[in-house]
Amino acid sequence: MPTLLDPTSELQPAPREALSRPQSLSDKRVALLDISKPRGDVFLDHLEARLGELGIVSRRYIKPTFTRVAPVDLKHQIVSECDAVIEALAD
Amino acid sequence: MASEKKTLIPQDFTGLIAVVKRDCETCRLIEPALAELKRGAALQVRSQDDPSFPESVEGVIDERALEFSYRHDIEIVPTLIQVNDGEERARLVGWQRDDWRGLTGMPALGAGLPSFSPGCGSKSVEPGMPEKLAFKFGDTPIQARRVDVASQQDEHELMFERGWSDGLPLVPPTEERVLKMLAATTRSPSEVIGIIPPDNVPGTIEKIAINAVMAGCKPAYFPVVLAAVEAACLDEFCMHGVLATTYFSAPIVIVNGPIVDEIGMNWGHNVLGQGNRANSTIGRALQLVIRNIGGGRPGGVDRATLGQPGKVGFCFAEREHDSYWESLAVERGFRPDQSTVTLFAGGGVHPVGDQKSRKPESLTRSLAMTLRTVRHGKIYGGTDALLVISPENMRVFREAGWSKARVRGALDEAMTVDGSKIVAGVDGIAEGMPPHLAERRLCKFRPGGLLIVHAGGGAGMWSAVITGWGGSDAVTVAIES
Repeated sequence: MPTLLDPTSELQPAPREALSRPQSLSDKRVALLDISKPRGDVFLDHLEARLGELGIVSRRYIKPTFTRVAPVDLKHQIVSECDAVIEALAD
Repeated sequence: MASEKKTLIPQDFTGLIAVVKRDCETCRLIEPALAELKRGAALQVRSQDDPSFPESVEGVIDERALEFSYRHDIEIVPTLIQVNDGEERARLVGWQRDDWRGLTGMPALGAGLPSFSPGCGSKSVEPGMPEKLAFKFGDTPIQARRVDVASQQDEHELMFERGWSDGLPLVPPTEERVLKMLAATTRSPSEVIGIIPPDNVPGTIEKIAINAVMAGCKPAYFPVVLAAVEAACLDEFCMHGVLATTYFSAPIVIVNGPIVDEIGMNWGHNVLGQGNRANSTIGRALQLVIRNIGGGRPGGVDRATLGQPGKVGFCFAEREHDSYWESLAVERGFRPDQSTVTLFAGGGVHPVGDQKSRKPESLTRSLAMTLRTVRHGKIYGGTDALLVISPENMRVFREAGWSKARVRGALDEAMTVDGSKIVAGVDGIAEGMPPHLAERRLCKFRPGGLLIVHAGGGAGMWSAVITGWGGSDAVTVAIES
């Protein structure tokens, strides 16, 4: 995984526009992201079961630690495999 | 560029450290001496290429990662280091039997060996390796934000997406490449060499190096890039205006002096065109600095109505070795043995194709005819120009013994017209000089507004006028190492 050096003045973050939220989760592949905080898995277990009952396909992902931003490869994997993500943010 | 390196020798270590490699004939030769030393003293042997070498010495330390060699500046193998309480006291390189005996206190050491055998280069100083090791072992002075590229991501596309590119592919600015660029100057990476417009951001050597890498520069070009950036930041050059104007202007970089041939710049055939790495990338690096550090982007502060292809980067060298005239740099107060960059705020290239003039009087009038049309044939005093004289055109002046000053005088005369011919409304053209100048004689360019250089291939009776802007003064700065 190459790492590049930012050639800019770094005065502004690289502009990235958030995607609009989906109106519905039907026909969407949903990522369930556990950030490795306590009981996040309990919450996501319930959510996974509820989504399953609604016929919505979900996949589980986990960050190595909640103290740092997600590894770029994990983010890329989620983007390439899912249409939406639900993150279990806080304990 | 220098940095502190931490030692890998424990504080309580007293003894000898030998750094060797199997690929070194001298290292193989002195294997018996190393084995003797191992038996008689506290000896650590570190092998750079093969931990099973030397076979007759036990406990060889695998030095293939080269961390010790890097941190302790091993340049030659074998190197023998004497250490007391973790401190290096003495160092020998290569095999000199008497010196090794003296240092080790073993008067019979290497009895069967020749008295002298030179060492080989350490693997840690092979080309490119110091920068790799500096990167690997964290001794990097680089402060820039790191941007990770996912393994499935295309790094070239990422650079486009982030807006770093001028529209062409970039060389990915990895830390290793940037360190190599920084190694081409003795200046500190954190040194600010100018305030980069239009955002007026401090331009550090480090940030400029990153952009020089992306532009495709070799490290040897870096001092030229730094000088060009320094020149662009001078008030009189007015880079903000060069960028912000709706005119065609871009910083055109003209290089003079010994560095031209040292880095292989083109001053000959197709000098204003493509095909030479130094010419193509030095000018591009300056433009990327303005874009990425300064924040100057087309449609943003860059308000050019049409622009011109040279805005990707426009850099060339003067043909000095067979010029009849003093160079541009000498004319501007520098010595012939100094390397310089001159920045000129220029637009596009306009050819002058006079195939018949063999007399200087005719040729200057011919050149002046084209020069008078810069920007507009009825606008005088508001623009500059850079005249590039080809060798075949210069021959006319040389054969007639015309100095550069004399040519300038003749051009000025041929570019001075009656105001009545160029005031607004004349010839049914609304554009033109104010009517109150109708009774005056007017010269096309302001004093100092016409630059003249000698460049181009040996054949062809062509010269070129590079149209100037007029809101900027040309600047020349010396290139520092």
